[in-house]
Amino acid sequence: MEEKPKPKRLALVASKGTLDWAYPPFILASTAAAMGWEVAIFFTFYGLTLLKKELTAKISPASNPAMPMKLPFGPEALQNMNISLPNMLMANVPGFESVATSLMKQSFKKKGVATIEELRDMCLDAGVTLISCQMTQEVFGFKDEEFIDRIDHGGAATFLDFASTADVSLFI
Amino acid sequence: MTEVAFDQELDCQGMLCPLPILKTKKVIDTMEVGKVLKMLSTDAGSVNDMIAWTHQTGHELVYSERNERLYTYYVRKT
Repeated sequence: MEEKPKPKRLALVASKGTLDWAYPPFILASTAAAMGWEVAIFFTFYGLTLLKKELTAKISPASNPAMPMKLPFGPEALQNMNISLPNMLMANVPGFESVATSLMKQSFKKKGVATIEELRDMCLDAGVTLISCQMTQEVFGFKDEEFIDRIDHGGAATFLDFASTADVSLFI
Repeated sequence: MTEVAFDQELDCQGMLCPLPILKTKKVIDTMEVGKVLKMLSTDAGSVNDMIAWTHQTGHELVYSERNERLYTYYVRKT
């Protein structure tokens, strides 16, 4: 019998916890798993919030000056129009983040994009290894009970050990 | 429109990356080796993604075609 080739490996660091930055690690991880790769994601700093049972990831126009503001409803011409308000103005309006998050979630849904929860579930189903950075967990005071089950805990050495034999490594 | 014999069909119309690939993989996993899956997509990115996915997994992209905004793929499980 022909020996099966060793699967490729993807090593990701997820360091950001906003909705926009939650997508890349889960999209890449679930797709790599669908290609038969072995995948591990190391969640550190704000990325750690993506392991919470209840996902509250939002988007923020602050520090994202190029973020397009689009309406998820109405005629197509209106939807494609960019609502150009000064970024720093939007970032400072109370409640704006919630509005912007809600609009972006509606746009995603309408265009047929999976939710973060769905992608995360698909990663878990596909056997993606999710590693919580123990150091960050202690610093932020996150309890194990706040996180989803089936995650590993570790530190830099744990990630590097996996990444040392990875074919693709990305810091997100 | 070319008619290719297939065993199962998957409709991924209206879905964007990475859903067509993830759904295709799920269905292919349930099929027997040699069987052909017909997948429909409206995602323009799926053209290169399906080539890449079959390249990585070794499944055979038997035939693909585009009809306006509809992309059709036939994948044989290996």
